[in-house]
Amino acid sequence: MKLVMAVIKPFKLDEVRDALTPLGVQGLTVTEVKGFGRQKGQTEIYRGAEYQVSFLPKLKIEVAVPSELVDAVVEAIAAAAKTGKIGDGKIFVLDVERALRIRTGETDGSAL
Amino acid sequence: MNKFLPAGLALAACPGLALAAEPAIDAGNTAWMLVSTILVLMMTIPGVAFFYAGMVRKKNVLGTMMQSFTICALVAVTWVVAGYSLAFGNGNQYIGDLTKFMLNGINWNGPFILGAGMGGDSEVPTTIPETVFMMFQMTFAIITASLITGAVADRMKFSAMVLFVVPWSLLVYSPVAHAVWHPAGVIWAWGALDFAGGTVVHINAGIAGLVAAYVLGKRVGYGHDNMSPHNLGLAMLGACLLWVGWFGFNAGSALAADARAGMAMAVTMIAAAAGTLAWLLAESVVKGKPSALGAISGAVAGLVAITPASGWVFPGPALVIGLAAGIICFWSSTSLKKALGYDDSLDAWGVHGVGGVVGAMLTGVFAVGTLYVTDGDAAKAMTYSGWLAGNAEMLLIQAKSILAVAVYSAVATFILLKIVDVMVGLRVSEDEEREGLDVTQHGERLG
Repeated sequence: MKLVMAVIKPFKLDEVRDALTPLGVQGLTVTEVKGFGRQKGQTEIYRGAEYQVSFLPKLKIEVAVPSELVDAVVEAIAAAAKTGKIGDGKIFVLDVERALRIRTGETDGSAL
Repeated sequence: MNKFLPAGLALAACPGLALAAEPAIDAGNTAWMLVSTILVLMMTIPGVAFFYAGMVRKKNVLGTMMQSFTICALVAVTWVVAGYSLAFGNGNQYIGDLTKFMLNGINWNGPFILGAGMGGDSEVPTTIPETVFMMFQMTFAIITASLITGAVADRMKFSAMVLFVVPWSLLVYSPVAHAVWHPAGVIWAWGALDFAGGTVVHINAGIAGLVAAYVLGKRVGYGHDNMSPHNLGLAMLGACLLWVGWFGFNAGSALAADARAGMAMAVTMIAAAAGTLAWLLAESVVKGKPSALGAISGAVAGLVAITPASGWVFPGPALVIGLAAGIICFWSSTSLKKALGYDDSLDAWGVHGVGGVVGAMLTGVFAVGTLYVTDGDAAKAMTYSGWLAGNAEMLLIQAKSILAVAVYSAVATFILLKIVDVMVGLRVSEDEEREGLDVTQHGERLG
């Protein structure tokens, strides 16, 4: 089992979700985050007080998938989230040791 | 608030004219003054409350609103107990008296005469009950105190604010109001013009704020941390309530629903609009982008500046006053503040103080006495006129009144702050400041 973690531009969420459903992904977790990479921030000015805001709003998506599905999922997210401009984000794949569905007690594969 | 005789009563006051017209309560004037009072109260709660709270960081939003809301309650009681009497009791040149302690003897069912008992010429008859006059003036006392809190945002102890505001209202606001707006007052006697509170409210609060900003010191992390506004939407809401409420502030200062009120309303609108546009223009030129904070700041600057002038100027000068305030206050809230290094957090001095000074001086330039003295007495009208209408001396009188109020407010505020500092300490600790006023002063969170 793997955890696919992707940081993407916020407006790309629906596209990414639509790309994952046909692959059999039945759920995912979304968090609002701030981050920076190579994309420059904005300058905000409030009555003369200037702030260089380098952290930009992003979304972090986490989805746990069976190992066989990882490549397809990573490709799907990358294709859906891409704009070609700086700040598109990154995808990471992590190992999952164990999983459990809280309601039924199913474990590992059946919990995903 | 002004010092004129309503036209009809000017006739009744002339010796030799056997008019039996006893002044009576006028329903129209009283209705308007009741409404004006409500509008001005709205300017503090929630006008100033939202305006300021929207500009602070999330952790201080509730605390900032608490300051205005609590001041409303505090000053209301203080005013009723002794503040009103100290401002509008006859007293002497510098302060009223305690004859109206707890509103004792207030003329609740007859037309109020300001300065009653002083004799003929000095008395100013009105056609509204004294309760309404007292209430209208109360809302001015309330907003003046709440404006000061802008200078010390994010760092003043709630207990210190409470202990400071009560004596400040009694010993700074009331005497200044008395000196400028009571016929026995020293600044009234000089002939200074302050229609609705340029000096009494804005310069007074602005200077007190500046002194407080210096005494309390800068916020932790000032110039380094990100202190950007948490919710400018709230600030804009507050500014809109201020703009609308200001018609009660200025037009209501005519104490009647009449021609003066009409002109005051018109010039108030013009100055607000001009101030908005001037600040936006200045911002676009200097910083590149016109901002929401800039627009609302410009509007408030224009409104502050027209306040002392509103009973005495024509629309053209009102436009000039608004434009001047927009540009000058933009400079004082950005460049001047940075250059002098004080942390007047929400620009109580930068907008209200400086705007008040600009307005008071331009009143001395543009005042036209005949907009005011309508009984044809040319000599009297000249005493209400400014430089361009032939009375250059008014510039000196205005400057004198600005200085007198500024010096008194500065010194008295400083002393009161130092006393409160000894009693409970003015500032929250650095840890409390980092955590925020909401949770440390009030045990609450915005969410």
